[in-house]
Amino acid sequence: MALLEVAGLTKSFRGLKAVAGASFTVEAGAIVGLIGPNGAGKTTCFNLIAGAIRPDAGTVTLDGRPITGFSADRACRAGIGRTFQVVKPFVQLSVLDNVTVGALRATRDVATAQRAARQVLELLHLDHKAGQLAGTLTLPERKRLEVARALATGPKLLLLDEVMAGLRPTEIDEMVAVFRTLNRETGLTILLVEHVMRAVMALAGKIIVLHHGRIIAEGGPDQVVRDPAVLECYLGGAPA
Amino acid sequence: MNSLVSALPGRRRAGLILALGLLLAAPWVAGPYLLSVLVLALYYAYVGQAWNVMMGFAGQLSLGHALYVGLGAYVSATLYLHAGLGPWAGVPIAAAVSAAAGAVIGFLAFRFGIGGVYFALLTIAFAEFTRIGFEHVDWLGGAGGLFLPVVERGHLDIVDLRGGPRLFYYVLLALTVAALWLCHRLRTSRIGYYWLAIREDPEAAQALGIDLFRYRVLAAAISAAMASVAGSVAAFYYNSLTPADSFGSAKSIEIILGPLVGGLGTLIGPILGAFVLTGLGEALRALLDVTGHQVPGATQLFYGLVLLLVIKYLPGGIWPGLARHLGLGNRVG
Amino acid sequence: MSWDVYANVVIGGILTGLVYGLMALGLSVIFGVVRVVNFAHGEMMMVAMYLAVLGCGTWGVDPLWLMLPLAALMFVLGYALQSLLVHPFMTRPDHAQFMLLVAVGMILTNGALILFGPDARGVQVDYALDSFEFGPLLIDKVRLYAALAALAVAAALFGFFRLSATGKAIRACADNYRGALVVGLDVRRLFALTFGCGTACVGAAGAMLVLLGDVTPSLGPAYTLLAFVIVIVGGLGSMAGALVAGVLIGVSEALAGLILVPSMKSMVSFGLLILVLLFRPQGLLGRSA
Repeated sequence: MALLEVAGLTKSFRGLKAVAGASFTVEAGAIVGLIGPNGAGKTTCFNLIAGAIRPDAGTVTLDGRPITGFSADRACRAGIGRTFQVVKPFVQLSVLDNVTVGALRATRDVATAQRAARQVLELLHLDHKAGQLAGTLTLPERKRLEVARALATGPKLLLLDEVMAGLRPTEIDEMVAVFRTLNRETGLTILLVEHVMRAVMALAGKIIVLHHGRIIAEGGPDQVVRDPAVLECYLGGAPA
Repeated sequence: MNSLVSALPGRRRAGLILALGLLLAAPWVAGPYLLSVLVLALYYAYVGQAWNVMMGFAGQLSLGHALYVGLGAYVSATLYLHAGLGPWAGVPIAAAVSAAAGAVIGFLAFRFGIGGVYFALLTIAFAEFTRIGFEHVDWLGGAGGLFLPVVERGHLDIVDLRGGPRLFYYVLLALTVAALWLCHRLRTSRIGYYWLAIREDPEAAQALGIDLFRYRVLAAAISAAMASVAGSVAAFYYNSLTPADSFGSAKSIEIILGPLVGGLGTLIGPILGAFVLTGLGEALRALLDVTGHQVPGATQLFYGLVLLLVIKYLPGGIWPGLARHLGLGNRVG
Repeated sequence: MSWDVYANVVIGGILTGLVYGLMALGLSVIFGVVRVVNFAHGEMMMVAMYLAVLGCGTWGVDPLWLMLPLAALMFVLGYALQSLLVHPFMTRPDHAQFMLLVAVGMILTNGALILFGPDARGVQVDYALDSFEFGPLLIDKVRLYAALAALAVAAALFGFFRLSATGKAIRACADNYRGALVVGLDVRRLFALTFGCGTACVGAAGAMLVLLGDVTPSLGPAYTLLAFVIVIVGGLGSMAGALVAGVLIGVSEALAGLILVPSMKSMVSFGLLILVLLFRPQGLLGRSA
């Protein structure tokens, strides 16, 4: 059964259609990559699912429940965890406290939340930084913190917005390994927007290609990279 | 209280107990003048703590907090004068009224998405609106204000909160300690985590499932209720209250000096800031007195300078750096 | 009351409102460009009024003659304040900026209290009680002169921003801060210039306002609020909006003073501020976002 169903999602900004009737599904337990050239509408699509912005038309369904037009906090409570492309750490709080805020989604008890937060930090190799202020972290560490915080909310679906950007290849491989483990061991479903093809190819079982707000291709990684429409939109060429 | 003390590392616990001991003993050592200064310092420590909940924790800048202090003063004084209701009943009612006012203003502001400078202005506007309104209600004494019957010296009546500075010193000390405990509890609870998250980055906080509106309104209501009690106590201490003194913008500024100077968002900062500022201000006044100068405005000018210097050179306030120096742990608070 | 009483009050409100509008224009310019909210605006106004009173007392001239020197002096003060004190705060959180200017306001208010004492000071001109008569309409000379002067200063400021190269550069900074940095504009100097222009408005308005009323050290916060009310009603950052809203506030306060009691007139402004903030935060005259 599909965990996430997006149907006819549409959003315009000042008359410009950022997302135009996008429909796709993400199966429970899958890792799906959402790719496309700059300005294709990937992040808008993300924000529509995560509730940061309201769609003009279309529906979003999570686990059989409609969540269309939910505010971001309701979307999170419904089971969507997200990261931000431009990371947003709580800089004056410790790394542990950052993640504890997320973990308090599942429990009211702070001690329990802190334990859960520590586990997530271990998973993302940030446990040695737990006591530091988040403002002191490097960018790769901040990216991992962003993931840790979203994970701590215990999402059914994790939305990752370019968490690999700016990381070194070895760091990317580490992150890929983390997500693989999570996916395999906990069955976590992941939808990722990513420019780093190395990561997408390694993780995603299905790739959706967005161009000018429309889905132009969908399928397995090998299939998609050979798709003429995809090659055209990435490499340019005569307009279709 | 126990949880607060036991949660602290040894040196901090010792420091807190020492400070509390000194404060408990102070009225038996201090002369009347010093006692009145200490009462003032405790008042600002307490009310600063109340404001700190709103700004230091939840990140909502209120520049009209005098509104809640003034409502506390007026409601409890009016109930006492017109309904014969003593402060033990009147103070909770006043706190409820202030909490409701805070919640309503919060509701309006946050529902309509008013933030930053607009929120600050909205709080000033409500306070000023109320001030002028109260100046035109004769039943509340108009611009001339309300007066509570003054008691003769030495009279002590805890039921009606009538008595000398020593009584009020202990009342305010108890309030300050209670507020410290409450803020500690709030800050280490889920609410506190959520407030700090909202203060740091509302969008990220919301993405973690936090209902921004609900927690902001909650902060406004709690902060307003706490501030209200300070107003009630001050009304019974000074026995007089006017709209200008109660709701005026100068009052709103005085409230926030302590936390800003002491350390915004910390637990000890508001108390430390209030004592440092009141102490230095009174020392300056005494110095001018000794040299035969009566300079109205000198202490306020001095407060302005201190605020300016602290904001410029010590953006986190005095406490975080001091705590590190004293080896009281590097965690802020 | 007959209609001419109302008409006279409205005319008086319009004229006073233009002077208020000029003061608010200063705040609006500073916010629109520098993005700093000048919480010491009214306190600066109070200082300008004291300087006007002092100047008139010393040289025995009409305060309107002091308009330009005062504007120049306040320009220098604003320039210095922005470049020395406020500019390092551009990257700090908003509330740090507010508090910095609140501190400046406290220093100005209490400095004035120490220097001049708490009593009201004013200026007497020999035409203080004269008025022009048009049938049943009476127009106070002082109000008319002050309003005309306010319009002239506002027009000069509009001209500066629209026509001069510096004015255009400043508007470029306001539109796109990074872009301005990239093309090599000296943003620090331009911001200081803008802050100076804003305080110059205050200086000029101060010279006019002493014609309309006395000054006390505690006047600052009320004028700060008044300026905010006007600027927010007119739309933060809109220059024309500030003038129009100034007139609107001037008229509504004058009418409130007539219909209610004079001491309640500010309540109308604060009530208006609350309503505008809640229902039209972009200002009555601003474009909807």
